[in-house]
Amino acid sequence: MDSSRRRILQLLGLSSLALTAKPVFNAFAVEEHAEKPKAILKDGENALKAKQWALVIDTRQFESEEDLEPLVEVCNKVHNVPHLSEKRHEIKWIWGEHYHNAFPGKAARFLSEEVEHKPFLVLCNHCENPPCVRACPTQATFKRESDGIVLMDFHRCIGCRFCMAACPFGARSFNFRDPRPFIKEINDKFPTRAKGVVEKCNFCAERLAVGQLPACVEVSEGKLAFGDLYDPESNVRELIRTHFTIRRKQTLGTEPSVYYIV
Amino acid sequence: MLELAIRGSKKYYGWMSFLLVIIGIGFLVYLKQLDFGLGITGLSRDTSWGFYIANFTFLVGVAAGGVMVVLPYYLHDYKAFGKITILGEFLAIASVIMCVIFILVDLGQPMRVINVFLYPTLHSVLFWDTIVLNGYLFLNLVIGWNVLEAERNNVHYQPWLKPLIYVSIPWAISIHTVTAYLYCGLPGRGFWMTAILAPRFLSSAFAAGPALLILLCLFIRRVTNFDPGREQIQSLAKIVAYAICINVFFFLCEVFVAFYSNIPEHMDHIKYLFIGLHGKSAYVPWMWTSFALMAIGIILTVNPFTRKNEGVLAVACVVIFLGTWIDKGLGMIAGGFTPSPLHHVNEYIPSLPEVVIALAVWATGFLILTALFKMAVGVKEETGG
Repeated sequence: MDSSRRRILQLLGLSSLALTAKPVFNAFAVEEHAEKPKAILKDGENALKAKQWALVIDTRQFESEEDLEPLVEVCNKVHNVPHLSEKRHEIKWIWGEHYHNAFPGKAARFLSEEVEHKPFLVLCNHCENPPCVRACPTQATFKRESDGIVLMDFHRCIGCRFCMAACPFGARSFNFRDPRPFIKEINDKFPTRAKGVVEKCNFCAERLAVGQLPACVEVSEGKLAFGDLYDPESNVRELIRTHFTIRRKQTLGTEPSVYYIV
Repeated sequence: MLELAIRGSKKYYGWMSFLLVIIGIGFLVYLKQLDFGLGITGLSRDTSWGFYIANFTFLVGVAAGGVMVVLPYYLHDYKAFGKITILGEFLAIASVIMCVIFILVDLGQPMRVINVFLYPTLHSVLFWDTIVLNGYLFLNLVIGWNVLEAERNNVHYQPWLKPLIYVSIPWAISIHTVTAYLYCGLPGRGFWMTAILAPRFLSSAFAAGPALLILLCLFIRRVTNFDPGREQIQSLAKIVAYAICINVFFFLCEVFVAFYSNIPEHMDHIKYLFIGLHGKSAYVPWMWTSFALMAIGIILTVNPFTRKNEGVLAVACVVIFLGTWIDKGLGMIAGGFTPSPLHHVNEYIPSLPEVVIALAVWATGFLILTALFKMAVGVKEETGG
């Protein structure tokens, strides 16, 4: 009795040891020809560059939801943003909000009828001091040093949603379910996302890399301007210099890079 | 000592099987969540944390509450608590394990959780929370196990444990402080943006943790041959009394600051919770119940006549535990997210699958707690201590 139990235990031990053998062999096999591929990041020849990209939105030229629609739609299209009918699961990169939602705390008791009723375009502010980046435990969301864009690594994100709690602008969305069945037409040039990760506007980093302006800017017919905030000669600085602009929740010190001409 | 947890009466096996059934059901629902995504919960774009994180926060408190028996014994040489420090440490172990599971079930990509260690991020509070929680778990496992084993063998515990015991005391404070920092450092979340959040968390922790411990002590006395002791229970009751008073006081401080300053961003969350906002008021009855329970708890624990009556004290502990759970487990998280930073009021209601999974996590905790307490009590019965 006792000896047979010992025998079984021995066998169990041996077989579990055998189970560990394969990964070990695999590891050695990799080590053999250990010429690691080196990652090289090269800028494209036409890549657009800036110290800190910024967006200026001329809100005077947007009167109704229809005016926003082409911008929102092109963004959804190029970034494979799904359309989920369940409101709780919505994914939004750029969308319209009432003035008192886009600028809570800045809304006067009585507003001009125009401001009261028209939608304001909102998106990730690509803050200079982004609280979401501070919060992320894996650096899956990070501020790109070369041009100040706040980006997401969809493959590193663990889906803890700390960044969503940290963002004071509600700019982030979480994939509460597999988004792929809800994408109208998949754009092969941009990744789709898996369930369980956070996403948001990326200032069209993938387009800037090949010399194109962000999609929303391109279709805005001049209502949006995109440029380098730290270049005094840039188009955005020119607009900021010559117009009265506001930013969302400026008092929080996040330094949003999206300016609104009102 | 594990053999002590395996041998038991029919009732013991029955209770453990009951817990295993709940865990099993919850696990199946979790498989569903793993397959579909967190969409099976009531969470939304606006309220991105809910029931899981709320229970996590509450249980960090219960875990930290264990220090209320450790501190008087080791720092003040309050001998009476020597009898029950092990119960506090084992309660902490079970609670921290529940915390860790709650975090795991809340993740959208749980299989990537190791990224937290692969890319350690010092500026993320969540990284530090992982460190302090796992550290606290480790400390209590090592200390609890070795001290109990020494007691069983009738020897003094190993001297190298002493520094660990001393470290575990501030460490207990740190777990709940860091957990509060998850919330109170976020710009644009007016409800949490208060320097008193960590102290408030600690006060409710030192009420809820010892309250649960009293209930467990009373239960142990009834069903085993080990009596944790009347003096011990009364001392714990005084700790609960102070802590629950301080907790309510801290809350009233919050109310004063929000409403006297009259700043909408701070008032609106409290309004949402206690009177409703923009017609949304699901939490209103819960919050008033919570504060009614805590008020009853104060009356029953502060008054010596009721506190000294162990039957009444048990009732007081139940109402305090429930009251603080509603306050922290329901109101604290949902209230912080509603209204949203864009001032939308989209109400969060936990879904049934979410509640079932949460129950299974609690059941896991109680399974571990039962096994650990069974061991501790077994040793105490052996040694007559």
